[in-house]
Amino acid sequence: MNAIATAVVAEQFDDIEQQHSAAKLGMWIFLATEVMFFGGLFLAYTVYRFTYGHVFALASRHLDDVFGGVNTAVLLFSSLLMALAVRAAELGRRKQLVRLLLATALFGVLFMTIKAFEYRKDFVEHLVPRFDFRWDGPDAANAELFFWIYFALTGLHAIHVTVGIALILVLALLASAGKFSQNFMPVEITGLYWHFVDIVWVFLFPLLYLAGHR
Amino acid sequence: MNATPNATTTIVRHSGAYALDNYLTSGQGVKSWLLTTDHKRIGILYLWTILVFFLIAAVAAALMRIELLTPAGDLVTSETYNKLFTIHGVLMVWFFLIPSIPTVLGNFVIPMMIGARDVAFPRLNLFSWYLFVAAGALALWSLIHGGVDTGWTFYTPYSTTYANSHVISMAAGIFVAGFSSIITGINFIVTIHKMRAPGLRWFRLPLFIWALYATSLILVLATPVLAITLALMSVERLWGVGIFDPKLGGDPILFQHLFWFYSHPAVYIMILPGMGVISELITCFSRKRVFGYAWVGCSSMAIAVLGFVVWGHHMFVSSQSIYAGMIFSLLSFLVAVPSGIKVFNWTATLYKGSITFQTPMLYALGFIGLFTIGGLTGLCVATLAVDVHVHDTYFVIAHFHYIMVGGMVMAFMGGLHYWWPKITGRLYPEFWGKLAAMITFIGFNLTFFPQFLLGYLGMPRRYHAYPPEFQMLNVLSSAGASILGVGYMLPLIYFLWSLKRGRVAGPNPWRATGLEWQTGSPPPLHNFEGTPIVTASPYMYDAEADRELHMANA
Repeated sequence: MNAIATAVVAEQFDDIEQQHSAAKLGMWIFLATEVMFFGGLFLAYTVYRFTYGHVFALASRHLDDVFGGVNTAVLLFSSLLMALAVRAAELGRRKQLVRLLLATALFGVLFMTIKAFEYRKDFVEHLVPRFDFRWDGPDAANAELFFWIYFALTGLHAIHVTVGIALILVLALLASAGKFSQNFMPVEITGLYWHFVDIVWVFLFPLLYLAGHR
Repeated sequence: MNATPNATTTIVRHSGAYALDNYLTSGQGVKSWLLTTDHKRIGILYLWTILVFFLIAAVAAALMRIELLTPAGDLVTSETYNKLFTIHGVLMVWFFLIPSIPTVLGNFVIPMMIGARDVAFPRLNLFSWYLFVAAGALALWSLIHGGVDTGWTFYTPYSTTYANSHVISMAAGIFVAGFSSIITGINFIVTIHKMRAPGLRWFRLPLFIWALYATSLILVLATPVLAITLALMSVERLWGVGIFDPKLGGDPILFQHLFWFYSHPAVYIMILPGMGVISELITCFSRKRVFGYAWVGCSSMAIAVLGFVVWGHHMFVSSQSIYAGMIFSLLSFLVAVPSGIKVFNWTATLYKGSITFQTPMLYALGFIGLFTIGGLTGLCVATLAVDVHVHDTYFVIAHFHYIMVGGMVMAFMGGLHYWWPKITGRLYPEFWGKLAAMITFIGFNLTFFPQFLLGYLGMPRRYHAYPPEFQMLNVLSSAGASILGVGYMLPLIYFLWSLKRGRVAGPNPWRATGLEWQTGSPPPLHNFEGTPIVTASPYMYDAEADRELHMANA
């Protein structure tokens, strides 16, 4: 075991355990910075939801629960696949790992596709600020603010999903070359990132789509 | 490895004069530097990079001081003046002060202090330097194409709506620099958690490590908030996203909250590493263990935590709730407690120490005095009623320059002199070092003390012209700035000179106890011949024994 392990231990580390725990801690700290990054936008949402609660509730009802709900399921399921991929990597099952990673990425792409159709629908319904935005009723400006925040939050989330898909595809490529037979840590920390992206959506869905439901 | 309380023991001790086989000789040529993953070389890359930004920002400051020699705005227009103080602020804060001690001295000595071969993620470390260079390029691009006139704070709605300058590219530069900071922070936290040598328990860590650990926590938790804030400001400027726009019901004050939620902790990003350096210097040059080690270490953590809950004291006159103002005022006072603990403990360390006044010690003593003035005037501006009077005046400018320049830059210079023999293997000339330290101290006080008076008398910041009655104090300040400039140029010259001509330092010219001194100067590629084993606390100095030694030599 030790002889195999030393082959993949970077020179600054004493052993593979130290390298693994360092990588994991590094990713957790990075995720903490991500929480703070999204936190600024969540704060903006909270402040204006508190200030313009009624308009935000009305505006929220214009978002499509079906798109949002299906996407929640898609992303949660992709997280399950990712968790299974990490398990496969740990057990050294190369073929299964590649297949699970590809499936995870596929569900990520499915999420983005559904999101794209939803954005198109938003556009057709004149819900995109600056692009012929229309609002029947008072407080049109505040409703526009809601949709700005909606696009900022979901847009930032979509960027993270895209990065995640790219990372997972790279992992799949490396996995098929047998890169993770001795060191599965890249799969595990990418998994952490993917779960984080998933959890952000778990917060976005109720805040944006369900805010108007009684 | 005898039974005497020897500070730290390493498996191999170097006794040779100049370690020939070291990190500087282990690879030659530009490529070996640009592709290096050695934390020591990356520290030196950062040193050169921040030097460039320091010089540009210093030129901007010099132009401002020349403009302020006369009451009339006769050298530059008000618009140019706005761009000068913006470039001075942006470059000094994000491209000099924030990276200074962490990326140069931190990168160089953290792994050595904890007995590691390198940081946890060496390639990320190099990547963070490239990000920093890219960020600097964006900032310089904005500067060359006409500059930015918003001030370093980018307050909305001016920055989003009215400013007619290169706001977005400058914000992008700061965004990327923030990314670089975050990577450095992650690297340091993981390194300190996971890479410590056997026996190096948390309460055996040098205080410099405690300070940089606290700094790194702020870096990773505060910087992303600045990133999202500047991103939102930029998209509002580009497309009209209305989060800070009153037309859509947005609130420009929210920008100030988000900005200061980062930028107040950022003040502690700038000063905490300085405090860490001072703890090392004071103990070494008074040959005494730090008084109240645990208190000094924990006060760094306390400052980091408190730093996150005081941002509202920048907004006393922004129309925020008066109750919020009172709470922020009270919380700001609390920061004085851990800061005071540090100052008192340094002073107590000096007491009955065997003090020698070498250059690093001169900087350290200067730091204690200047930081104390900066800290106490901080209490003045944290007081609600007083702040209404001095807000946006030169009083505030003087206050934070006492912390940033009198504190952080003094500490950086002290640390650079202290570790210079470790970094280069050669000593700087002591006479010139002492002279420069004293010139810096005098020049600094002459520059910034008059600004307290100016501010108290009511001179507002950020104006290029002023009523004639303020001229005398302004001339004093400008004269001081020229002396300060000499104080900074001297080290630049003799440091370069010492690279070839300086006396060979040997592994431990200060007879210091830290692990970094238990290896060659310059250190070998992987810092130590074997992994050191730590058996005691970091500052096993003995002033009594030292005094006897002095007597015996006399």
